[in-house]
Amino acid sequence: MQKVVKQEMMALAGDQAVAYAVKQSDVDVVAAYPITPQTIIVEKFSEYVADGEVETEFVCVESEHSAMAASISASATGARAFTATASAGLALMHEMLFVASGCRAPVVMAVANRALSAPLNIHGDHSDSMAQRDSGWIQMYAENAQEAYDSIIQAFQIAENLDVLLPVMVGLDGFTLSHTLENVEALPDEVVKEFVGVRKFPNVLTHAGKTAPFKLDPANPMTMGPIALQNYYFEFKRQQEEAMTNALNVIQQVNSDYAKISGRSYGNGLVEGYCLEDAEVAAICLGSTAGTMKTVVDDLRQDGVKAGLLKLRTFRPLPVEAIRSALENVKAVAVMDKCMSFGGNGGPVFHEVRHLLYDVASRPYVVNYIYGLGGRDTSPSELRSIYENLQSILQAGRVETPIQYLGLRD
Amino acid sequence: MKDITEVRWHGRGGQGSWTASEVLARTAIYEGKYIQSFPEFGPERMGAPVTAFTRISTRPIRIHCAVYEPDIVVVLDPTLLKTVPVTSGVNENGIIIINSADEPAKVRKTLKTEKGKLWTIPATQIALKILGMPITNTAMLGTVARATKLVSLETIELILKERFRPDLAEKNFAVINEAYSEAKQE
Repeated sequence: MQKVVKQEMMALAGDQAVAYAVKQSDVDVVAAYPITPQTIIVEKFSEYVADGEVETEFVCVESEHSAMAASISASATGARAFTATASAGLALMHEMLFVASGCRAPVVMAVANRALSAPLNIHGDHSDSMAQRDSGWIQMYAENAQEAYDSIIQAFQIAENLDVLLPVMVGLDGFTLSHTLENVEALPDEVVKEFVGVRKFPNVLTHAGKTAPFKLDPANPMTMGPIALQNYYFEFKRQQEEAMTNALNVIQQVNSDYAKISGRSYGNGLVEGYCLEDAEVAAICLGSTAGTMKTVVDDLRQDGVKAGLLKLRTFRPLPVEAIRSALENVKAVAVMDKCMSFGGNGGPVFHEVRHLLYDVASRPYVVNYIYGLGGRDTSPSELRSIYENLQSILQAGRVETPIQYLGLRD
Repeated sequence: MKDITEVRWHGRGGQGSWTASEVLARTAIYEGKYIQSFPEFGPERMGAPVTAFTRISTRPIRIHCAVYEPDIVVVLDPTLLKTVPVTSGVNENGIIIINSADEPAKVRKTLKTEKGKLWTIPATQIALKILGMPITNTAMLGTVARATKLVSLETIELILKERFRPDLAEKNFAVINEAYSEAKQE
């Protein structure tokens, strides 16, 4: 049995914590383009490169589209590749995100979540990564700088698992996490290096008819991402879906393996319940809001309210069974979205959570709260009002306004 | 019982509010505490009013939002008293620290609250005398150390040496020491 190792307590902003995790994860290639609020990640990492602290090839590209293209190419040759972006940068990558997942390139990317223009806004919300939810990438969201650090290290293990082979994006809330200095316990370099290990490859059949590792290598010529029309395209897509299903188990396994060395775990890796065992009213949210919400739940519990929280750590693949079982006894649920799906009758997390509850025996009331767009701060008292509304819904026995806007000017 | 101490810094862009918030946080982490330090994420321009925050706790900090009910308010620039609601959210046990050459009793009249324990410090004068520049953040930090006993002067000195050039660290520590002894309580 492995023992939890001694760790160094550091003061790091979320972006710095990500850069530090990448530094320790034995990454071969980083290709990135700076954009606020992600800039500190690549700035800090390029310092590591310049100071000779890593042997990583740092590729300065002219755009995010190229950053992703370079990351995919590097990954195809067998390299471990990382990039980071936010907002418009992620939007510019859109086309290439599908190429990464379709080529089964296990690229890891940090997204310092930021609003999309217009109007121009550099602050945090989830519009950027939610817009990429169907791109075939695994999506995880961090609650604090510590979880951002831990999740990046775990992401390589998840992405490169042979049952998965999918790219992973780790979201950290722009400014609220990316630029806030916090305590981060960092594992020793050699422990991280051993944890992430050396990249493995499945064996595939080459053009020459022999088996070889699935990577571009002149010794074993093969094609990646070639044309596949009506004959095979559909099968490729079905395989990606299967990989997503496999990821549900792999994420849980990596979460528990990581807990053995670090002493830290995040629920089962997919979702993290807080005071849910006997909760009657509960909220579901992603990212840094979960931390504030825990303090609100503590206060409500002191006042005798049976309140709980479900933090959705992994959004893709959607942990359907984990969410259903966590909410089994909850009577009213508030789903929080830091993002809008214009004309879509609520936010994306709301859609999916309400959808997966359709098949359960006794459905809870479900209400959507859209909040914090463009980095608008959400106070504990505003969050508390969500639970008060859930209690009124229980009393009234119906949901009057299913989609609510929290902290919006009248 | 609140287990987090929340500090709100008010200054103008260029006076080092975020740096003060960060040095306080780094000092506290060195002393084994959990911290957060962040600026108000607005547009920052030289001379415009800015806000920064520090949270210090003996336990991991989970909350991630602005500070609405600060335990300690620090005002780096006295001209802000007229334009910014610096005492917003301060309660009876709060501590208000203001850069002013005036006695606390006189400054109290310009405040919009009777709440909180008030301290004053002629930070601009001390900064001009020792640094030759009206950068008041370290004088305010010295007063915070005196008024709150949140962190020790010894650790602040260590952190300054880590973060600044040796000559700057030395001068700023002289500022902190003078502020520590000159601070006046209401």
